[in-house]
Amino acid sequence: MATVANDRELAELLKRQPTQQLDAFKGVKKVPLEEFFTSGHRTCQGCESALVMKMMVKAAGPRTIVLGSTGCMYVANTTYYSTSWVVPWMHTQLGSSGSAGLGTAAGLKALMRKGKMKNEPINVIAFCGDGGGADMGLSAISATLTHPDYNLLILMYDNESYANTDIQLSGSTPYGANTTFSTPGKVKRIMHHRWKKNTAGMLAAGHPGCRYVATVCMSYAVDAMNSVRKALSIGGPTFIHSLDPCPKGWDYDPIQSHELGELAVASGVWPLYEVENGVLKLIGKTRAIADGQLKRTPVRDYLLRQGRFAHFTDDDFDYFQSKIDEMWERWLIPGVIPFRKQIDGDRPPA
Amino acid sequence: MPEAQVSVATPKQQRPTTEETSLITGSEAIAVACKLADVDVITAYPIRPYDTVMQYVAKLVSNGELDCEYIVAESEHSQFEIVKHASAVGARVFCGSSGVGWMYAFEALTVTPALRIPMVAMVGNRALDDPGAFGVEHNDALAVRDLGWQLVWVDSPQEALDTALIAYRVAEDRRVFLPCAISCDGAFLTHSQALVKIPSQEKVNAFLPRYNRGDLLLHPDNPITIAPQVNEDWLMEIRRQNAAAMERSSTVIREAYADFEKIFGRKYGNPFFEEYQTDDADVVLIGMGTLSNPVRVAIRQMRELGQKVGFVRLRWFRPFAAQELAATLGRFKAVGVIDRDFSLGSPYASGVLATEVRAAMYPAAKRPPVVGFICGLGGREVTVPDVKRMTNSIYLAAEGKPQPGTQWIGLRE
Repeated sequence: MATVANDRELAELLKRQPTQQLDAFKGVKKVPLEEFFTSGHRTCQGCESALVMKMMVKAAGPRTIVLGSTGCMYVANTTYYSTSWVVPWMHTQLGSSGSAGLGTAAGLKALMRKGKMKNEPINVIAFCGDGGGADMGLSAISATLTHPDYNLLILMYDNESYANTDIQLSGSTPYGANTTFSTPGKVKRIMHHRWKKNTAGMLAAGHPGCRYVATVCMSYAVDAMNSVRKALSIGGPTFIHSLDPCPKGWDYDPIQSHELGELAVASGVWPLYEVENGVLKLIGKTRAIADGQLKRTPVRDYLLRQGRFAHFTDDDFDYFQSKIDEMWERWLIPGVIPFRKQIDGDRPPA
Repeated sequence: MPEAQVSVATPKQQRPTTEETSLITGSEAIAVACKLADVDVITAYPIRPYDTVMQYVAKLVSNGELDCEYIVAESEHSQFEIVKHASAVGARVFCGSSGVGWMYAFEALTVTPALRIPMVAMVGNRALDDPGAFGVEHNDALAVRDLGWQLVWVDSPQEALDTALIAYRVAEDRRVFLPCAISCDGAFLTHSQALVKIPSQEKVNAFLPRYNRGDLLLHPDNPITIAPQVNEDWLMEIRRQNAAAMERSSTVIREAYADFEKIFGRKYGNPFFEEYQTDDADVVLIGMGTLSNPVRVAIRQMRELGQKVGFVRLRWFRPFAAQELAATLGRFKAVGVIDRDFSLGSPYASGVLATEVRAAMYPAAKRPPVVGFICGLGGREVTVPDVKRMTNSIYLAAEGKPQPGTQWIGLRE
């Protein structure tokens, strides 16, 4: 109870604007038919990120402003004279999703508070790709998540490369993947030795004032939409990290996009969770895996579907599997907090 | 036309205020202008010397004198991006930086005029790194000269305050909708106090209309898409529109100064440049910012010795009043341009201003010789002997003795 009282005091102190109260969709049949991201975009066949845009703004509704940082969802989505956005939309720079959301929310708040604009809760969503979010824009996103006085959502659609500029590796590209900046060659089979950044986990752990951080995947669209609705309703700055299979960047038949998302979750590569007011909740299959009700599928089945791992040898698959096993078996909180648990046989730190 | 901004409640009643005179710095003068302009969103990030303005803003906010969203950003890039987006939803904004901080924001500085976003920024001019120096150099603000920023240099706290109010009026005029940066020389103006007449709120309200984005407002009532990908199909037309806005800015600046004089009773004469003792001058110096102070002192001393020297202090660098300036400079036998900046590898190894002055004068009927000087870099003082040395050189040029295209003055050899 004390926490609730303190929150109220903080909200009063910050004069936080009220948010739209968006209840969860109770099943796919309750999802409204009205679209706010429609025809006119030029994304690839099977593009899951375009689906993220569509579902994100469907979940948010018409009283929403969307800011889009440079990336696939800018270049392919908003051609002059054929914009696909029904809601107001503005481009922002590659590393600016955090600042764009913050500036928009601050502008609206100032104008409404000072009586210069009709007072109503308006959703503010700033999206970025993994290049814009996990790489260039990380500092601005981090700063924005420390501002409790503005209501906005930052959504990072992670297709695991700079897919718009020709598939170059980002800080969010998985180990070993073939990208145009990490092409396997005669001497070096693995050019990309870095492990994918744990963006959602780091943002959740590092920003105690942020009230909602979640991971989603559009293979589970209703859950994802409900995450967006919760993120917009809860107040303050929030963050959602979406894993988006990308036919062009991952090199697979577009028909498999949905299935690849499912495999990412089933293999444990992509844990689905939300951290709401500091409380972690695992979602769907991820929860079943953690509870021991479901066995993780081999990572090899997920990787083999993708041409970007076609150069992998058995050793590479084993290594990848061992890192996923480590995440599930030795991380303090699997998929979220990478500190290792002390387990039997470990010597305590000196 | 979106209703959001039009159908608003009555703005908060402001308490009636009277004019008062206050001993304040250039930075504080601009903070006071922000208060008078009822700015809605301000972003701060520390770098000397501009950041003093944000220290004053913080005090105004914490004392309840300025009602705005005051955000301390995590970098200059974010600082400028935040206000850019706040302006897009109709908020009046203020921002600023110095030296490499301004350069760190360069991407944001590029897109702000391109998006036709009005914004007023203060540049506390500072030498660019490396090596480190806190003092004034004009290269920071000048770096954006091609991008659509309106750039103005001031030389006193009073002019800083007045110009900030004028800048809001010009930047937010629908015919312009371009950002404006007010350059204040680091230390010499940002940290130096002078008596400033602070105008009453009523007069400011009469001078400065509310910022209205009209059909460009980003709001659910006006669901536009801003800055979609245009490629070669449309980019050139959009650039041309931005160029036209900058061309219209000259007229809007003139109107604003005329109204300013009417409402506040303070006269600035020609908005674009100020002339000092030019009526009977043989030769003339031209420069920007606070070097006007030693130049004026030197001119008074030289005139006692019979040297008829004048000075032109350029205020507005963008838009550049080329024809008017060329006509003025054509009246003299020789012109000396003092640059507190450098432009390595430029024509005749000149500073930026000298290159621009030469370009402005080329089509003119009367073209006296132009001598370039680079002086006072990194905050080094421009001294009275420096000014006399420059004057001697332009007198020689006036007599037909060729002078080097550019001379570094006050340099340790």
